[in-house]
Amino acid sequence: MIGTAVGHGWGRLYAALMNLPERPMRWAQGHLPDGRLGWLFVGPNLAIFAVFTFLPILIDFYYAGTGGTNLLPTERPWVGTENFSSLLACKDYLDPNSCVRDQFWYAIWNTSEFVVLQVALMLFFSLATALVLNRKILGRGFFRAAFFYPVLLSPVVVALIWKWVLQRDGVLNAAMVGAGMQPVEWLLSARSAFGWTVFVSIWAHMGFYTLILLAGLQAIPADIYEAAAMDAAPPWRVFRRITLPLLMPSVLVVLVLGLIRAVQIFDEVYVLTGGGPGSATTYLVEFIYNTGFSAQVRQYGLAAAASLLLAGVLLVLTLIQLRGMRPTKGDPRG
Amino acid sequence: MLADLPLRITLAAAALAALGGMTSQAEAADIRIACYSDGNECPATKVLAERFMRDNADIHITIDEMPYKQILESVPVQLAAGNGPDIARISDFGQVAPYQLDLTPYLADAAYWQTAYGPVLDWMRTGPDDHGIYGLMTQLTVSAPIVDKTLFDQAGVPIPTKGATWDDWAAAAAKVAKATKTPFGMAWDRSGARFSGPAISEGAKFFYSAGHPPVVDDGFKAMAAKFVKWNQDDTIDKDVWVSTGGGYRDAFEEFANGKIAVYLSGSWQLARLQKQIGDGFDWVVGDAPCGPGGCTGMPGGAGFVAFKGTKSPKEVARFLDYLASEPVYAEWMVMTSNLPANLDLQKKKLDYKLSPAGIAAMNQFQANAATLTPLAYKLQGSPLSRPMFNATVDRISQAITGQITLDQAYERITSDVADAAAAKNKK
Repeated sequence: MIGTAVGHGWGRLYAALMNLPERPMRWAQGHLPDGRLGWLFVGPNLAIFAVFTFLPILIDFYYAGTGGTNLLPTERPWVGTENFSSLLACKDYLDPNSCVRDQFWYAIWNTSEFVVLQVALMLFFSLATALVLNRKILGRGFFRAAFFYPVLLSPVVVALIWKWVLQRDGVLNAAMVGAGMQPVEWLLSARSAFGWTVFVSIWAHMGFYTLILLAGLQAIPADIYEAAAMDAAPPWRVFRRITLPLLMPSVLVVLVLGLIRAVQIFDEVYVLTGGGPGSATTYLVEFIYNTGFSAQVRQYGLAAAASLLLAGVLLVLTLIQLRGMRPTKGDPRG
Repeated sequence: MLADLPLRITLAAAALAALGGMTSQAEAADIRIACYSDGNECPATKVLAERFMRDNADIHITIDEMPYKQILESVPVQLAAGNGPDIARISDFGQVAPYQLDLTPYLADAAYWQTAYGPVLDWMRTGPDDHGIYGLMTQLTVSAPIVDKTLFDQAGVPIPTKGATWDDWAAAAAKVAKATKTPFGMAWDRSGARFSGPAISEGAKFFYSAGHPPVVDDGFKAMAAKFVKWNQDDTIDKDVWVSTGGGYRDAFEEFANGKIAVYLSGSWQLARLQKQIGDGFDWVVGDAPCGPGGCTGMPGGAGFVAFKGTKSPKEVARFLDYLASEPVYAEWMVMTSNLPANLDLQKKKLDYKLSPAGIAAMNQFQANAATLTPLAYKLQGSPLSRPMFNATVDRISQAITGQITLDQAYERITSDVADAAAAKNKK
């Protein structure tokens, strides 16, 4: 009896709550011109977006045109394009040492090399792993979880784990010494440290991209494979003519997300190597961070200019993604 | 009615007292201190602050302990945004110079401060025309070689004595490493300040007569070339300077784990040396190595700096006055095992609660403080000292890895410092 009364009470409360927006909505429908009601729904989100995304972008543009070390915009002298010209002043763009801002150009070239290597290798390994995990193998569930597990870790934790493995007295060298080999200074040589940043990044993120590709593989209708099997098509041809073309949308997503993420690389590497040895693993975001927030003389304008250049690269990559995902004529999705 | 009077009076008095208490509580000036510890500076300051608050009920002090890096990176931004602490423990005074509060009008006896803390007050000033008092040094630090005596004894190599050069030290350390199969002879903290002491000994001048810092001269080059060579031939553990990019890194763990024979660090490590090494092995502090420029390390240290943004400048000054008074300052130095920046206390023997090794080390640091050259003090107090130190570390590290040549490193150090100076001066 009491339970029923309580139940009714909750029901009335719930109904009242659900009906709460009805009056204002009716009012809005009656008073707003046709097609404008949508603005009411997206308005709050747009306001947040404007304050926390658009405004910082505008401020970034302003800072990029100012100099000095003061943080407050009102205390910063206007220098126009000086920060950009300083960043781009180079005798030979292939030789960072010939540039006014050599660290920026080390960062540019390191990032470029990192992006090409990391994205290509990650795509390859993610695809290979997804193909294997899509088969009916023993312990498939376990392997799917195992490959995805690093994605759940914080980038700082990932970097600390690998630092513990790779440092001079780390686990890897201890194992090598135990096996009678000489220890190797993994993080002291420029090329080796660079290679490890690529590896650690792939290790940390591969699971996520494998998952996307796995979902793409599972979306391919089984009857196409059955038809191929009836035609006795060899596995390589099946992969090349059926799997890969039908997986292309997923591959494109992985490619573009991977590219954007690779250009933005910072956290793992910052903890693992701090950008060293020398500038061998200093990437673009770390350069921006060092220039604007870590150096004793903080050049916010220079950091803002570098961040706008980075934003330009990311914009191009995003446009490629949008273009790639747009359905073409005759595409059944369109 | 009359019988009720005492009760009423008592109640009224109690209410007034409570109200008064609430009012004084409400009016208590809140002072927030951003603090980091080399050893136990923040907990020790908390003890003194609590005692101070007992005698000054109108002041409430909160000490926020945070990592050194956070102070270095966040406090200047907070100050610029007008949201900083009232006081912060700072080692890089140049960064916070625009926000510093001149305490002179608020101090009970500014002349005492000038007499007792004269030379180090300059470190917080912006130039020769600035005579303000902006804070109190929480220590005076001196860099010096710290020696694993057990390894030297095992190797049968005598520890270099007064007058020995850095070459003598490097040769002795390398001999010890070889004889005892220790991985490396030496390690230097990854710090431009640490490098600058040996560079001054080697003859580096750091300043033109006009005061503009060119940084690189023959003395600087001589020490840089030696340092790079020692890193490349494994006399020095290059892991410290090379494996990590970015800023400061000390080599304390390497020393504490017996992996190096000689460690160039400083007096602020005393508490850690005592605590972490204890009786693990014998360690001593060496004399400041010599060269054509003298026998000097680098002075330094962190100070409690007051900021303009405070709503309670008088109370901030009262607390710093309290800490600066000779008996309290002496107690503070004993609690934190630090060398005093107070000139009178430097002449006295403080009753440090240290082991015999710790006492000997403290005495040696004090003796080394006496041989610090005026140039070392001037360099530490330069508003551009940090850009100079940072450029030195960044570029010399690149030279050690072979990314650039030493000559390129010299050019880049000069241009980096000029760039920082130009950015600072852009108004």
